[in-house]
Amino acid sequence: MRYLARRLLHAIVLLLGASLLAFFFTALAPGSYVDEMRMNPQISADSIAALKAQYNLDKPVPTRYAMWLRSALHGNLGFSFAYDVPVGPLLLIRARNTLVLTITATLLAWVIALPLGIWSAERSGRWPDRVITWITGTLLVIPDIALALGFLELAVRSGWFPTGGMVSVGFNSMGLAEKLKDLGAHMVLPVSVLVLGAQPLLIRHVRAAMQEEFGKGYVRAAEAHGISKKRILWRYALPGAANPLISLFGFSLGALLSGSLLVEIVTSWPGLGPRLLEAILARDLYVVTGGILISTVCLVGGNFVADVMLYWADPRIRKNETAP
Amino acid sequence: MKRRRVAVWLLFLGSLHLIMICAGFFAPYDPAEQDREHPFSPPMVIHFVDAAEHFHLRPFAYPLKPSAIAVDSFEADTTHPVPVHFFVSGARYKLLGILPLRTHLFGGDRGRVYLFGTDGYGRDILSRILYGGQISLFAGLLATGLALFFGTSIGCCAGYFGGWTDDILMRGAELCLALPWLYLMLGLRAFLPLSVSPVGAFFLIVAVVGTLGWARPARLIRGVVMSAKERDFVRAARGFGASPIYLIWRHVLPETWSVILTQAAVLAPLYVLAEVTLSFLGLGVPEPAPSWGNLLSSLQHYSVLVSYWWMYLPAVAMVPFFIGYLGLASSLQEWADPAKIDA
Repeated sequence: MRYLARRLLHAIVLLLGASLLAFFFTALAPGSYVDEMRMNPQISADSIAALKAQYNLDKPVPTRYAMWLRSALHGNLGFSFAYDVPVGPLLLIRARNTLVLTITATLLAWVIALPLGIWSAERSGRWPDRVITWITGTLLVIPDIALALGFLELAVRSGWFPTGGMVSVGFNSMGLAEKLKDLGAHMVLPVSVLVLGAQPLLIRHVRAAMQEEFGKGYVRAAEAHGISKKRILWRYALPGAANPLISLFGFSLGALLSGSLLVEIVTSWPGLGPRLLEAILARDLYVVTGGILISTVCLVGGNFVADVMLYWADPRIRKNETAP
Repeated sequence: MKRRRVAVWLLFLGSLHLIMICAGFFAPYDPAEQDREHPFSPPMVIHFVDAAEHFHLRPFAYPLKPSAIAVDSFEADTTHPVPVHFFVSGARYKLLGILPLRTHLFGGDRGRVYLFGTDGYGRDILSRILYGGQISLFAGLLATGLALFFGTSIGCCAGYFGGWTDDILMRGAELCLALPWLYLMLGLRAFLPLSVSPVGAFFLIVAVVGTLGWARPARLIRGVVMSAKERDFVRAARGFGASPIYLIWRHVLPETWSVILTQAAVLAPLYVLAEVTLSFLGLGVPEPAPSWGNLLSSLQHYSVLVSYWWMYLPAVAMVPFFIGYLGLASSLQEWADPAKIDA
């Protein structure tokens, strides 16, 4: 448990650091939403000053950070100038959509990459390995933007799956099964782009980790004892490779979360990405700060989950804890 | 053998970059020059055999005229072929930014030749890809240089001095790696002015990407430095009273070269893509200056996406560069670390 407590503390410190960084980025920005009102002759200097006072923009930055942090703890994350509502609720719904997309994509990507990586490592140097290496190499050199745009065009032209948005118009009047089907159909486009984009990284790392494990002496000894291949894989090699694979899981979550920003914008998925871009263009600073912070929370949370999995999977960590 | 592979990849990448450096010569037209008569003109085909089945030694293209049947499309005008000449005189440009020239690799004498088609303003896509590559590639490479500079300095400090310096710097690196990279990049971009000149935007991107990229190289270099500083000759030099700066410069840094080079080849395509992404989203290099990112951004319009396939060509142009960088990175890795090669 000490290990988990330490990881949790680490995650919290990381989040505090991230909030500090994100806040100061935006607080030090030249020009705010209110400043741009100065261009408008209809708005008097007095009302701009009043607005600044209302949003606390006239206070020094550390005070604002403290106030913002308090607001963050209440789940508000400051105030959006453009929407005139607290940032928290504005972003949370978007964050949920991003998470739906990212988690589905991560799981699916692993479901595909893990068997392919293992297969490739088992048949190292032979044709399955070569074919997989070729495919991952090709995917690696295709820019993400081109992949997303290509899939979008495919969807638009063929009409196989819907484009844009998350649900159809009559979503609220559907039954549960229909709702899920509709949501799934809308997810095909962004998820397939994300999954394909993540394959090269995942397959290569899985392959490397498994190959290292297969090359170890105890696997050869198990083979010599006549233990079946299947049992070696499930009972020996996979648990042995669990540590690097779980670390990779945390990393892949981050890569997909980051990649989803672009995919969301291209395929108009109503996630954090489009809102963040819109907020940047409107100089709606607290929304930008909040967006970065929420994405970091997702990532740090994902890494913490990976830590918990590691604790569960790797007895060495549990053992080291009890040892002085 | 391994050396030769590195050399081959370097040669491949070098020639690709040379084409980009000499964009003015290889591009037939000025990237901003508009031909309002030919918006979204499809790529022209170079012929050797004309409509009457006669063979010509000089290649030629058929100019495009508005189609009689369909609106908004073009058809080849077979009555007025445009012969393609080489080393023709055309728009003025400055080779390497200094040498004023007018000679272009090729061009049509009686009309314009659009090998890769035109965009909505009738600007030649081939020329825009070449000039845009200059901006995108050099933004990426400069950012790589900047990130490696920061990464190496910070990694050396952390690895060499250890203790609390190491702790603080590495916590910082962890923080930078913990934030989702694209979100962080957009966030940092958000706090810089929105509307800037193309040159300003170029340096903004370099600064944003370069300053955010230090964490990964710093961690790797720290590891190398930590093992290098315990080597006997380094300890001996320290025993003779060498200063830390001398030690790092003379004995520790040379050990990190292979890591720095490999990292450069790994990071360069990532940072080129970062520029492309920022410009694609409208936060990078603005029009009319071309960059690979803002060339692709017109594809965000539905009508362009489905109607004009040649607008994808900038993305296709990136692929050989990425192949080159990946190949270079893996051959450098093999060269530096022969133990890690797969059998």
